[in-house]
Amino acid sequence: MNYPSELKYTKDDEWLKTDGDTGVIGITDYAQNALGDIVFVELPKVGAEVTAGKPFGTVESVKAVSELFAPVSGTVTAVNDQLATAPEKVNQDPYGAWMVKVKFKDQSEAGKLMSSADYEKYASERG
Amino acid sequence: MSPLAEASPTLRKTALNPVHRQMGAKMVDFGGWDMPVEYPATGGVLAEHMAVRTGVGIFDVSHMGDIRFTGPQALDAVQHISMNDASRLAPGQAHYSAMLYPEGTFVDDIIVHKIGDQDYLFVINAGTREKDVGWVKQHAGGFRCKAENVSDDFTQIAIQGPKAQESLQKLTDADLSKIKNYWFTFGTVCGLPNTMIARTGYTGEDGFEIYVPADPEISARVWREVLDAGKEFGAIPCGLGARNTLRLEAKMALYGHEISESVNVFEAGLERWCKLEKPEFVGRAALEKIKERGVERTLVGLEMIERGIARDGYPIVEEDGAAIGCVTSGSLAPFLKKNIALAYVPPAKAEIGTVLNVEIRAQKVKAKVVPTPFYKRPKK
Repeated sequence: MNYPSELKYTKDDEWLKTDGDTGVIGITDYAQNALGDIVFVELPKVGAEVTAGKPFGTVESVKAVSELFAPVSGTVTAVNDQLATAPEKVNQDPYGAWMVKVKFKDQSEAGKLMSSADYEKYASERG
Repeated sequence: MSPLAEASPTLRKTALNPVHRQMGAKMVDFGGWDMPVEYPATGGVLAEHMAVRTGVGIFDVSHMGDIRFTGPQALDAVQHISMNDASRLAPGQAHYSAMLYPEGTFVDDIIVHKIGDQDYLFVINAGTREKDVGWVKQHAGGFRCKAENVSDDFTQIAIQGPKAQESLQKLTDADLSKIKNYWFTFGTVCGLPNTMIARTGYTGEDGFEIYVPADPEISARVWREVLDAGKEFGAIPCGLGARNTLRLEAKMALYGHEISESVNVFEAGLERWCKLEKPEFVGRAALEKIKERGVERTLVGLEMIERGIARDGYPIVEEDGAAIGCVTSGSLAPFLKKNIALAYVPPAKAEIGTVLNVEIRAQKVKAKVVPTPFYKRPKK
């Protein structure tokens, strides 16, 4: 499994990429692999507020429905609409298939997330 | 993300369990059985589903149970505890049926095979094995017939898909082209004499189910030989995930979802396999009355109009939010590429074309009633 070192990670298996005052959010390689074939992604609208640790959307595989949890708080500035018609992109390229971009409410929240090394250890412990 | 179920020592295992693990299957607890849900290394659920619709897929269905009835009153016992008319079966013929409670609701749905005049085999569900065996003992005990639980004797492998016959034919001396749908024979398969070969399945596709000894080495050898035989047609191992989406597209009932101890035969729309003209069977009296007075809910097929997947247990609601029904199964239909579901609704809402709301995460999402089965295999 692949966990790029420039990203930060949550225990709920989301990744966060910081780009100035904006965070880009998706789900990890571990998550897409554990879910299996992803067939549906539901995301908030531009302008929606998300809160760190709270659900902001849903990802569904053939068998299961899973909530997406926001790594940080902020306002949604962009949504990857491509995933509505091509949810399989999340399986194919979990770090390319970003879900939402969020303008940070408090950029220091990003510092509380796991590093790639810590997340890799966390993921491998769950098998 | 929720953690996947891990194998617990109390889970039951089929003889092929080590083979599934070796093939990298994702395993789940299914009704107390440690079973493969999908094989990510060779495809995953969607690819497995498509293999069965377009080529051939192989399933381990050894968790299914088997009860054999032998003796002079075997037919009487079978007739008493199942709703279809087994007196119409010829040796080598099978049919879909069910065991019912006196209320006309389901103990389990089954396939009844007539092996001989005094010899019948029920294939039953995994999750209801113990209950079914107890039920049979209780209700068939008064007949001059032996009812034996032979569930653990067999490894049951399903070979399903338009290329199932061509694949399996390489491994058997039996002429498979002579076996009609829902008939079976005994032949040598992979060198194993007297193997039961039935043209049955749970995928809505043509296919066979073979019953070989539950010995782990024999089972593993047969599994590999079957996969090899199908290789040129793209055969891959298939798990319970694909089995579920395949049966849903074909509108085949799943115990605990479309049918249960609280759903009756008419509600489930399975009266075609229930012969009320048969003199007597458990559940008949109640069903006569239900037939007379009608049902308050009926099973319909839904296709989502708006974005969303209706899942088991999601309510069907009116515009004001009042619940009028419930989804029993729902998924993306991988072959049809639509989001489909089965649901119980009042008969007044069951007409084809009726638009209904499925409540998904507190939102009303529109779906319409469509004809079923959603998928019907092309005639050859």
